[in-house]
Amino acid sequence: MGGKTLYDKLWDAHAVRDNGDGTALLYIDRQLVHEVTSPQAFEGLRLADRPLWRVAANLAVVDHNVPTTGRDQGIADPISALQVETLNRNCREYGITQFGLLDRRQGIVHIIGPEQGATQPGMTVVCGDSHTSTHGALGALAFGIGTSEVEHALATQTVVQSRSKRMLIRVDGQTGPGVTAKDIMLAIIGKIGTAGGTGYAVEYGGEAIRALSMAGRMTICNMSIEAGARCGMVAVDDTTIEYLRDRPYSPKGELWDQAEAYWRTLVSDDDAEFDRVVTLDAARIKPQVSWGTSPEMVAAVDGVVPDPAQEPDETRREGMQRALDYMGLEPGTPIREIRPEKIFIGSCTNSRIEDLRAAAQVLRGKRIARGIREAMVVPGSGLVKWQAEQEGLDQIFKDAGFEWRDAGCSMCLGMNPDRLSAGERCASTSNRNFEGRQGAGGRTHLVSPEMAAAAAVAGHFVDVRELEH
Amino acid sequence: MEPLTQVDGLVAPLDRSNVDTDAIIPKQFLKSIHRTGFGPNLFDEWRYLDEGQPGQDCSQRPVNPDFVLNQPRYEGASILLARENFGCGSSREHAPWALAGYGFRVLIAPSFADIFYNNCSKNGLLALTLPASTVQALFEATWAQEGFRLAVDLPEQAVTTPTGERHHFDIDPHRKHMLVEGLDEIGLTLEHADEIRAYEAQRRAVTPWLFSDLDPA
Repeated sequence: MGGKTLYDKLWDAHAVRDNGDGTALLYIDRQLVHEVTSPQAFEGLRLADRPLWRVAANLAVVDHNVPTTGRDQGIADPISALQVETLNRNCREYGITQFGLLDRRQGIVHIIGPEQGATQPGMTVVCGDSHTSTHGALGALAFGIGTSEVEHALATQTVVQSRSKRMLIRVDGQTGPGVTAKDIMLAIIGKIGTAGGTGYAVEYGGEAIRALSMAGRMTICNMSIEAGARCGMVAVDDTTIEYLRDRPYSPKGELWDQAEAYWRTLVSDDDAEFDRVVTLDAARIKPQVSWGTSPEMVAAVDGVVPDPAQEPDETRREGMQRALDYMGLEPGTPIREIRPEKIFIGSCTNSRIEDLRAAAQVLRGKRIARGIREAMVVPGSGLVKWQAEQEGLDQIFKDAGFEWRDAGCSMCLGMNPDRLSAGERCASTSNRNFEGRQGAGGRTHLVSPEMAAAAAVAGHFVDVRELEH
Repeated sequence: MEPLTQVDGLVAPLDRSNVDTDAIIPKQFLKSIHRTGFGPNLFDEWRYLDEGQPGQDCSQRPVNPDFVLNQPRYEGASILLARENFGCGSSREHAPWALAGYGFRVLIAPSFADIFYNNCSKNGLLALTLPASTVQALFEATWAQEGFRLAVDLPEQAVTTPTGERHHFDIDPHRKHMLVEGLDEIGLTLEHADEIRAYEAQRRAVTPWLFSDLDPA
């Protein structure tokens, strides 16, 4: 029998019981809770008169609905306000630690978990949000769940799961300058497709992944779901350990030593076998821009919008044509000639301090182009915002013509007032370019923070590597 | 949860691959704090010509006549025929709530996205997969014949056409059991509370830091 993969180690450490029907009860170490997918779960608990199994396993924050301006005046939309107030009330009633709207630790749930050290290697992490895969970057087993499972985890500290198949995505070699974690991930999704990871737990490895900061690894794991995989993960190494040191909720003293020793075992064994291995050559990855309405519809910045007529499969061809109609693009158009009108730098994919530094580096001493109607930066958390202000990044953004906002999910999905109008074209550092995702009729092009900043300056997509610093 | 055993229903064909949960139920309707009431906003951006708002009376809105569910022949459909990777994207359980609220009991596609697939079975909605070629044949039959119905038998794991053609489908025993019996999964899990507690005691000894309180930060 061969060695174990990281996924198998995490699974085996959390399997409470085998249900004997292909499923197991998997113990949950941390549940992150936000306002959108939890109210019905708490309502269910109340109706059945069930207590929380372990209150301290939960951490709550408001992020999806919150305004990114004028917060001291509260939430103008009464329906959003009620949802936020419902979370406040549920957290008070059940004693759950929550970062409220005016707490400086407030932010996007997948930013604040790692930032606070509340999500750690070796944990099982769930949240009623598909981007929970983000936390796998720490060497955790982290996946999104629905509201029924949120309720199940609150009441039992477990979820019912079937073991996934194992996939290794190995990115060998080194990326060139200007090529980021976002570009690597978009290239991966372009290669395996938006359902390529369905049924799999994905581990990302190889030299290019090892070279990434934790922020970059989180960007990669975050978008696992865009490749169909519920969870993505990266093995623990020195980068992971250093990231966790001295975080507010990281173990301290003796517990830290004990935890670190355990965390260092969280790697796939050399002889572990995967059900599927996908490899990419990092040196061949160029900055990516999505052109369609699925994250698999991506092209290199020096490429062109593809021609559906070249696609042999009928369903795919129709999908491409529908995407081009929606996006208002013609086949053969150079990506460089696509002109966004809005720029959004933010989301759980790309709103960490490293992302803001990278975008600011491109923008330093420059102005957004005349054709850009609105450009905004939405930091991932209040603490990211504070850090950026300490470094003077806010001034660079403002001088360039960007709006400097408060933390939240914002225009990634437009549940708050930040959204696209019909027909508006946006260069966005978020994760989904679905029809209507950023606003009904809105057109999303997914890019890295550097590429979003470069497009803001040029007024059209441009290879960030060619932009003069 | 209402048990689901046999469904004999009208079939509606949704001929698009990679239908995401943002399309199934757009974000503005996720602000609700209830489990019900999403049916009128199922596929809202495709179904109506205006931009929908929560709490609106949908009977007064301009409908998109080109959208398949707005065609009179599919009115009252309880079986949705779909393409691969149906339900991809966001984990929102509002998607199955909206599909069930509209009146669908069964979804048939070559493949479903993982989280969506799980969410369906928690809500008495059977998502079943058939080979792409079979699904294609069912699409053609649905288009060709107005009033095309299918009989779905979950205990027997079979989909039967009006002409008696029978297609077997696979489903894991756990999901099948939960759906057929309409069981409360939390109640079932809590029958194993002692095992969960024993696991916790053992883990607490090995990895004590995982059981630290979050407060004070």
